[in-house]
Amino acid sequence: MDISDKQYDEMVKKASPNSPVWLDCIKAFLIGGAICCIGQGLFNLYAMLGMNDDEKKAMVSITLIVLTAILTGIGVFDKIAKHAGAGTIVPITGFANSVVSPGLEFKSEGFVMGTGANIFKIAGPVILYGTSAAMLYGFIYWLITEVIM
Amino acid sequence: MRQGRYVIELENKPSIIGWSSVVGKTESEGPLGKCFDMVIEDERAGKQTWEEAESELHKTAVGLALDKTGLKANEIDGIFSGDLINQCTGSAFGITDYDIPYCGIYGACSTSVLTLITAAISVNSGAMRKAIASTSSHFCSAEKQFRYPLEYGGQRPPTAQRTVTGASAAIISAENEKNCPIITKVIYGRMKDLGVTDANNMGAALAPAAAQTIADFLNDTGTSPSDYDLILTGDLGQVGTELLYELLNKEYKIDISACHNDTGLMMYYLEEQDVHAGGSGCGCCGTVMCSKILNEIQRGEKKNTFVVATGALLSAISPFQGETIPGIAHGALITAP
Repeated sequence: MDISDKQYDEMVKKASPNSPVWLDCIKAFLIGGAICCIGQGLFNLYAMLGMNDDEKKAMVSITLIVLTAILTGIGVFDKIAKHAGAGTIVPITGFANSVVSPGLEFKSEGFVMGTGANIFKIAGPVILYGTSAAMLYGFIYWLITEVIM
Repeated sequence: MRQGRYVIELENKPSIIGWSSVVGKTESEGPLGKCFDMVIEDERAGKQTWEEAESELHKTAVGLALDKTGLKANEIDGIFSGDLINQCTGSAFGITDYDIPYCGIYGACSTSVLTLITAAISVNSGAMRKAIASTSSHFCSAEKQFRYPLEYGGQRPPTAQRTVTGASAAIISAENEKNCPIITKVIYGRMKDLGVTDANNMGAALAPAAAQTIADFLNDTGTSPSDYDLILTGDLGQVGTELLYELLNKEYKIDISACHNDTGLMMYYLEEQDVHAGGSGCGCCGTVMCSKILNEIQRGEKKNTFVVATGALLSAISPFQGETIPGIAHGALITAP
């Protein structure tokens, strides 16, 4: 076979269908938007119940996380996410799903070596680099506001 | 006996005297649903884990093949089996109880034909009188090992394929029994790596190996595609099939499109069942071969079929280490008696 890797790569690109980007974007916008509306609805609801700002924010997150965990557990979340893509990954629902799903999957290896060792398998990089980035941002902010200015 | 550079001719004509196929629910809802011997609808097959479920499928397939031939496990001289799970436990744990001399084989999704031809060579040589070739794969155990947890809400690209939940077994015998398909020629493929790194595009990684093995086989046997009723590839799916045609045309001036089919395309209704580019896994080629194809050969509807199963030789960690994905394809020419 004389074909080079580069020539074959061109062939593969031609033969491989692309994801339907526009349709995916519309679905992500609608479902992601709906999740945000639910969040806002919950925010208003908790306001009516007389919670203060900090409590409301925490309770909205907690409610969405619990809802996602339940939907993941009963096998519904992945069916929505298949269509929503970033629409479900970007809000806190994506984070909750990425923790609950390996937790369930690796239960068969026991609570320590299975669920315990694997629960952050997908969310781990986000936690590691997310907190690192936050620390770096905080340091720069401190440098600018406290030291330089 | 060797023919040409790569082909091995089995002059004693080992025959396939019994075969079986067991599949999951999704596979039973595909176009070939009625061809399979048994459907196990429960994804866990009544077990605790996906891995145990796969072993149960494997065990059931081997048991069915034995039942169909009326043979007992102690009449079998050896069993060649493999699957996709780490260290081939999916097959090994499934067949422990049969107490047959065991040879575990890994060839990724090419394992179906790899075990078949290795068993056939053992029988042809006289080393074994009767041998079993079996293989299995399970959608859930494969997803867990190679991709994401089942309930994870990720999106799959259009080039992705669905691992078939299924197991198959074939019993190969030295005695030429009436009306049984014969394995006349076999070929072990050479690995081919054209630098594909996308684990979600298996068809692209596999097509060069399939093209190479088909070309080697036709060249060594001095035949052309029109000499065959069917050239059946393992699990190339939509993307891989298109690339196979193009590679064979460009590189070898061979056109197989008139007599070719792919088990990855035959297994599901691609659109309705939302399986993207088609089926894959050891069980894909295995169950199609050990149902529809061997049945048709036995009924005399097909005279000679060249089955080429393809495998992507990657591990769960190798793509993250920057390794490309070498493909492999092994072939067996199965003819009517």
